[in-house]
Amino acid sequence: MYTYIAKRLLVAIPTLLIISVFVFSLQKLLPGDPILAMAGEERDPEVIEYLREKYRLNDPVPYQYVSWLGSVLKGDLGISLRTNQPVLELVAEKLPVTIQLAIMSMIFAFVIGVPMGILAAVKKNTVFDYLANLIALSGLSIPNFWLGIMLILLVSVKLGWLPASGYEPFFSNPLRSIETMLMPSFVLGNALAATLMRHTRSAMLSVLSADYIRTARAKGLSERSVVLEHSFRNAVLPIVTLSALLFGELLAGAVLTEQIFTIPGFGKLIVDAVFNRDYAVVQGVVLCTAIGFILMNLLADIVYVLLNPRIRAAL
Amino acid sequence: MKTANFATSLLASALIALPAFAAELKIGLQDDADVLDPAQSRTFVGRIVYTAMCDKLVDVTPDLKIVPQLATAWNWSGDGKVLTMKLREGVKFHDETPLNAEAVVATIERNMTLPESRRKSELASVEKVEAAAPYEVKFTLKSPDVTLLAQLSDRAGMIVSPKAAKELGANFGSHPVCAGPFKFVERVQQDRIVLEKFGDYWNKDHIFIDKVTYLPIPDTTVRLANLRSGDLDMIERLAATDAASVKEDASLTYADVVNIGYMALYANIANGPRADNPFGKDKRLRQAFSLAIDRDALNQIVYEGTAVGGNQPFPPNSPWFSKDIPVPARDLDKAKALVKEAGFDRVPVEMQIPNNPVAAQMMQIVQSMVAEAGFDVSLKSTEFATLLSEQTAGNYQLSRSDWSGRVDPDGNIHQFITCKGGINDTKYCNPEVDKLLNEARASTDDAVRKQKYDAAAVILNDDMPIIYLGHQSWIWALHKNITGFIPSPDGMIRLAGVKKAG
Repeated sequence: MYTYIAKRLLVAIPTLLIISVFVFSLQKLLPGDPILAMAGEERDPEVIEYLREKYRLNDPVPYQYVSWLGSVLKGDLGISLRTNQPVLELVAEKLPVTIQLAIMSMIFAFVIGVPMGILAAVKKNTVFDYLANLIALSGLSIPNFWLGIMLILLVSVKLGWLPASGYEPFFSNPLRSIETMLMPSFVLGNALAATLMRHTRSAMLSVLSADYIRTARAKGLSERSVVLEHSFRNAVLPIVTLSALLFGELLAGAVLTEQIFTIPGFGKLIVDAVFNRDYAVVQGVVLCTAIGFILMNLLADIVYVLLNPRIRAAL
Repeated sequence: MKTANFATSLLASALIALPAFAAELKIGLQDDADVLDPAQSRTFVGRIVYTAMCDKLVDVTPDLKIVPQLATAWNWSGDGKVLTMKLREGVKFHDETPLNAEAVVATIERNMTLPESRRKSELASVEKVEAAAPYEVKFTLKSPDVTLLAQLSDRAGMIVSPKAAKELGANFGSHPVCAGPFKFVERVQQDRIVLEKFGDYWNKDHIFIDKVTYLPIPDTTVRLANLRSGDLDMIERLAATDAASVKEDASLTYADVVNIGYMALYANIANGPRADNPFGKDKRLRQAFSLAIDRDALNQIVYEGTAVGGNQPFPPNSPWFSKDIPVPARDLDKAKALVKEAGFDRVPVEMQIPNNPVAAQMMQIVQSMVAEAGFDVSLKSTEFATLLSEQTAGNYQLSRSDWSGRVDPDGNIHQFITCKGGINDTKYCNPEVDKLLNEARASTDDAVRKQKYDAAAVILNDDMPIIYLGHQSWIWALHKNITGFIPSPDGMIRLAGVKKAG
């Protein structure tokens, strides 16, 4: 098992290197000059030249890449061109925000999506099944920004139940923090719930028609035991893998959701950084996201192995 | 009985304590500020925060008159090369160190020498600055430059604590220390900037707010929703399309003022090979293009009547606007005639525009207006950072961008139009215009300056390297319980006199 994890981690290193080269070159291909964006309206040539030197933008690109990678390996992600703040500090500041959003969204997604998927499979071709499919389809088709703005107008402006935007760190005021995150995590969790529901439904359907389920029923087991203990335990395996993939979607969705609800997380950080050509921040955030994504996949694989004795035996 | 008495006294003490409740103001900003150092800052929104945090040597009134702030009086030498300023006594920085002539000298020198400083060009005319007395500063200039006073009414004139500046160096923005009504408490990037009332502020009797929190919320709909839900007390840069609904809302106050900047189209006259086309070379085509635009219609359709049409770098309500060249009404016949005269039936023009919905809508309307005069405009939508670098590099034919405006007229024109101007992206060069604008800069007599700008306006309206479209308004929305806010054409939010009830 440990060898398996170690092997997987080793494979992650070249992946990360490829990502770093890709991110670095992509930025150089982007139109727009970061220093011009920094210099402001006045665009003083002397300052522009100084900043180009300071941020080593006059060096050849491969040299810039190697020196950046060297710093990264030493734990230095550089300095934000816009605010002079160290990128590592920014990442450390924004990461907990997005993690909280991700966890709360996943809770929403699981609480809504999985039971609905199970019920839809059990009650296949009934009104409930059609209704669940309709809800899932709406969840997938309604754009995040539209749902977000509608919720703000209804829940915050009209009813005054929840704050329209803003963020409170969890450890400074947990209740307020959850309150501010409820709407955004619902918006983000909504689309994921739909995906989860559809996958749970199809996984359950294939398990429910298996021979061993027929045997279980023939043995006179209760429907509850058949569905939850025998079927769901087997159906849950593909859902674990799916959850790791959903994490990627979650990060992409967070970009928009954080913009709408003004949550100072990773998504907002990267959008602003791209618009301001804040290269150091873009590089740092993308690299950290890639690491997060790789770790999530690794975690999903480990959980998968733990849940499935057959694979464990094969390792 | 005893319980009743206790309850009464408790209620009474609570009532007495009521007025002492801290008044907190939450202001929604369109963007997040950049680095919070007046020497390095470059964003408009940063200036809004400084207005509460960093006092300047001089300030400007809503009618753009320069008035005392940290300097109480000033005078120019006869040759316009020496500016002497008397400073307010008894002023303290937020770190309790005193503000005096030495501090002013240190700040100005920092602005002129710090490698990262963005204030160098604003102070380019200053030869040296020295303390003539403990509360008197003397600026000696390389050449007469009356615009210096206006520069000192903005970031270049914000005096920072020399002690903090020395300790923090280029990192001053992590904990700015100034001498304004509010001191820095904390900043979480993209989330909030928190300031609190400075107890030793020299003008504290006019400050009625205890704490100010600035929250950057880029989406205008969300910003307004936050105001309506009570999460914010005030928002800046309300979308013109929301103006009517705010005016109708009994719980909100609407405020607007025509700003000192402008909206314009920059024509590539001589900036690299892309200038080599009929539109860049033949001024008749640019004149025709301008005449084919109905500026009033643009204002009504895109800005719901909150903007004004324009044809000069100053709005028509500015004292610097030349009334001899009024904003032209649309004249399609004349536009068509000019296109014919230049020898064309149809003229292809590529126009780069910023990719925001308002600019896109506006330029689509312009596209259809000028099509009637013979221009086939193709719109190239690009995000702002790219647009800026393409414009500087000369990789454009016609480019749409705005200027936020400066208090002194020189700041709206000199650097865009003079041959060696720092932001002359059209690369227009006319020695006669250079001469007029340099003379206007050197004179301390407003009448003389006006005459020079008027003369330049005549030439520029003929050559038309920049096609001015109009002037937007700054629009604010506030809760009814906020009083005392005075809209200013520079777009700043001045908190002296602002009160929050209940």
